[in-house]
Amino acid sequence: MSTKIVIDPVSRIEGHLKIEAVLENGTVKEARSSGMLFRGLEIILRGRDPRDAQRFVQRICGVCPTAHASASSLALDAAFGIAGNIPPNGRIIRNLIQGSNYIQSHILHFYHLTALDYVDVTAVAGYKGTDQSLNMVKSFISRGELAPFVPRYEGDYRLSTELNRAAVAHYVEALNKRRQAHEMLCIFGGHMPHNMAMVPGGVTEQVSVDKIANFYWKLQDLRYFIDNVYIPDVLAVAEVYSDYFGIGAGCGEYLSYGGLDLDSNPDLTKRNRFLMQGTISASDLTYQPLDPTKIREDVKYSWFESPSGLHPSKGQTEANPKKAEAYSWVKAPRYNGKPYEVGPLARTLVAYARQEPSVRESVNTVLSHFKAPPKALFSVLGRHAARAIECKLVADAMAGWLLELKPGEPTCAEFTIPEKGEGMGLWEGPRGALGHWIEIKDHVIANYQAVVPTTWNCSPRDDQGQPGPVEQALEGTKVKDKDNPFELVRIVRSFDPCLACAIHLITPHGTEMGRFIVE
Amino acid sequence: MPKQSFLSRRDFLKLSATSMTAVSLLQIPGFVKQLQAAVAEVPVIWIQTGSCTGCVVSVINTVSPTIQEVLLAQVIPGKHISLKYNQTVMAASGDLAMQAMEKAAEKKGGFVLIAEGAFSTKDDGLYCQIGEKDGKGITGLEHLIHLGSNAMAVIALGTCACFGGIPAASPNPTGCKSVNQVFADKGIKTPVINIAGCPPHPDWFVGTVATILIGGLSAVKVDAHGRPLAFFGSLMHDNCERRGHFDAGRFAKKFSEPYCLYELGCKGPVTHADCPARRWNNHTNWCIGCGHPCIGCVEPEFPYDKTLYGVVPIEDKDKTPPATYPAVEAKLASPSVKG
Repeated sequence: MSTKIVIDPVSRIEGHLKIEAVLENGTVKEARSSGMLFRGLEIILRGRDPRDAQRFVQRICGVCPTAHASASSLALDAAFGIAGNIPPNGRIIRNLIQGSNYIQSHILHFYHLTALDYVDVTAVAGYKGTDQSLNMVKSFISRGELAPFVPRYEGDYRLSTELNRAAVAHYVEALNKRRQAHEMLCIFGGHMPHNMAMVPGGVTEQVSVDKIANFYWKLQDLRYFIDNVYIPDVLAVAEVYSDYFGIGAGCGEYLSYGGLDLDSNPDLTKRNRFLMQGTISASDLTYQPLDPTKIREDVKYSWFESPSGLHPSKGQTEANPKKAEAYSWVKAPRYNGKPYEVGPLARTLVAYARQEPSVRESVNTVLSHFKAPPKALFSVLGRHAARAIECKLVADAMAGWLLELKPGEPTCAEFTIPEKGEGMGLWEGPRGALGHWIEIKDHVIANYQAVVPTTWNCSPRDDQGQPGPVEQALEGTKVKDKDNPFELVRIVRSFDPCLACAIHLITPHGTEMGRFIVE
Repeated sequence: MPKQSFLSRRDFLKLSATSMTAVSLLQIPGFVKQLQAAVAEVPVIWIQTGSCTGCVVSVINTVSPTIQEVLLAQVIPGKHISLKYNQTVMAASGDLAMQAMEKAAEKKGGFVLIAEGAFSTKDDGLYCQIGEKDGKGITGLEHLIHLGSNAMAVIALGTCACFGGIPAASPNPTGCKSVNQVFADKGIKTPVINIAGCPPHPDWFVGTVATILIGGLSAVKVDAHGRPLAFFGSLMHDNCERRGHFDAGRFAKKFSEPYCLYELGCKGPVTHADCPARRWNNHTNWCIGCGHPCIGCVEPEFPYDKTLYGVVPIEDKDKTPPATYPAVEAKLASPSVKG
C-alpha cells in the first residue's frame, strides 16, 4: 500500500524546505527534498564594489552569516593579492568571530531547533520546585495557550518526567547562552547578526586587554555550559532514543574544505587549519585529500535553465520556476560523480581519519559509552553527537587563540581594489563546506559564486537520478505513524539545514575562474 | 489525527491552582484567581518570506525582557504574546503548522502579523512558497495578502519587509516588494509599522510591541517612513562617539584608523537610528565602535546604488560651525570672586 507524506513547511530549520516521502508498507521508498525560496544575491552583486561582498553575503543567512563573511574575506584577500599579508591578530580575530558563532549555532540547533522532537514540554505542568524557568513554563502551561509548543506530533515522547523537566530548563537556559555567544562575538565583531569587523585584509576592530578579558570570561562560561549541560543532554537523549543510532544513515560519503586558519599561507590549499580538510567514505573510513576540480553541479531537477554538470566556476544560469520535472531551487552538487554529506559529522570523520588526537579521544569516548561500533556515527544521533563534540573542541581552542592576541599590533593589512582579480575562499561554516568565488573586472564585481553546505545536503536528484544526502537518509526509513512522522523530521533536522544558504546562488555568466589542486 | 495528549485548559488551571497554593505569597485569597483572569492573550503570526532569518535571530537576542519572558510570561502585566506561527521555533511542521496559522487568522482583526523578508512578485510570486493547499504551493505574496488583510496590524520587521532591502536591490531579480508596496498595489488598509534594520535591534521590536500593548497602536509615533520615532528619531551622526574627529577634520583614510569614518563611506549623516547610545548585543559594541562605517541599514536607500562605501552628502543644516569654542556665559572661577 502506497502513501504520500508531504511536510511543507519543515519548521525548526533555517529557511523554506518541503519534504515529500512516498511510503510503501510503512517504509519510505522515495523522498524529495525541495528548497522553496530564491532571491538571486549573486545577480545583485554583479557590478558592485568588491568590498560590498562580505556585507551582502552575510545576508544570505542570519543564522550563519559569519561563515559567509569568512569565506568572502578569503576570496577577497586572494583577489586583492593580500592573502599572505593578514596580520596574526586579524587571522585570530576572524577565528574568534567565527568560533563564537559556531558555539551559538550549535547550541541553538540542539535546543531550539531539535529538542522539541524529543522533549515533552507539558511534563512541566505538575512541577513543584523553585526553579525560576520551570515555574515560568508552568504558569505558561496553566494559562492553556501553549503556542508555539503545540500543536505538535504526538505519540513518541520517551523521556521520563524528570528528564523532560531538566531538558526544558536547559532549553530556557540555552536561550541565554546562545545570546551570550553573540555578545562575545560582538566584542570583536561589532554587531550580530551580520558582523561588521571582517574586511579584506583582516578585521577593523583593535585588540586591547579589556576586550581579551571580557571575551575570555564569556567563553569560560560557555565552555562550562557545553561540558556540563549541552554534551550530557545529547548523551541523555541518545540513551533513551538509541534506535536513532541506526536511523538516517544517508549517502555515506563525507567532505570537508577545512576552516579556522592556524596560519596565513597565501595558498589556501596549504594552510594549516583547525578543522581539517578532506573526504572520507563510510565504507572504508580512509582519508582522501580533497580535489575541488572534481565538483560539478547538476540542474536537471532544479528550477534553472542552464547546462548541467558544470564546475561551479563556469556557466550561466537563469531561473525558471516553471521548468518541468524540476522540484527544487537547490542545485545538485556532486563530488567525483557522487552526492556527499557535509557538516560536523563530515569534519569529525575526516579529522578522526587524519589521526587528530582530541577528535579521536572524544569520538571513542562516546562510542564506548554506548558500546557502539563506528557505524553508529552514520546516523541521526551520530550527527548530533559530532556537533556537540565539535562545539566543545572549537570553544576550548578559542581560549588558546584569544591569549595569542597582541594588544596594539595591527589587525588589518592594507589593500587597494585592483582593476581585475580572481579569488576563491574555501571554509567550513557550522553546517559544512562553503566555497565563495569572486571575479573582479574594471574595479567591480564581474561574477560572484557560492556553493554552500545545505546545497550539498539538501540537494535534489542529479542528472543520473542519484538522490541527495537528505533524500537518501529518508529513503528506507520505517515510519510508524504516518500522521506523526517523527522519524522523517528527526532525520532532516539532524542535518541542521539552512535553506536561505542553499539557494541564494546561481552560477554567473562568465569564464572559468581558475582551478586549484588541494593536497 | 490522534487526540492531543496535553491536558485541557480546565485541568491545567486546577493543577496550577493546587500547586500554587503551596507557595506562600500566593495564598492571599482571590489573588490567584485575579491573576489568571487578568491575562489577555495577544495572538501573533510571524511569517518569513524573502528573508535570511536574521531578524528572528536578532529578536531572540533581546536582553531585558529575555525572549523566554517575551514568549512565556506576560511581557506587560496582564498581556501574553501567543506566538501562533513562526517557522524557526514552532513545534509543528507541515499541515499541522498551516492549520495553526489558519486557526489564528480566523477572526478578522484577531491577531498581529509580523512580516519578515521581502515579497517576490515576479512570475506570480513563485520564488517563495510556504505550505500547500490542495497540492499547490502557497506563495509568500498570497500569505501576505490573506493575513495582512485580516490582521489588526502589521509589523514589517527588517529593512527587507519595510523597504525591499537587499533582495530588492538592482536588478531585483525576483520583483521583490515591501509590505507597504504590496498593500498599496492591492488596496489593503491594515496599519503597518516599519521596524527597519538589517537586522533591527531587538530593543526596537520589543519596545514597539510593549508600546502597542500598553497604549494601543496610536501610542506608536512614527516618522515619514513609518518607523517608530522612539528608536529612529535621531541622526546617527549627531550622537556618534567619533563626531569630535569629524568636527576637527580628522578622517580615517583606511580601516583601523581611529578617526571619523566619513571618507570611508559612513552613512551616519543620513541614517536615523539610536545605535550610538543603545549599542548592540547588550551594549557590547557597535558598527562604528568596531571601526567599520555605518552602512545605513535602516534607511529606504539601503543597500545604496553600486557601493555601500560611497561618501554621502551632508545637508547644510547638519554642517558643523567652525572649530572654535562657542560663546559661553559662565565665568571662569577665580580666587578674587567672592562666594
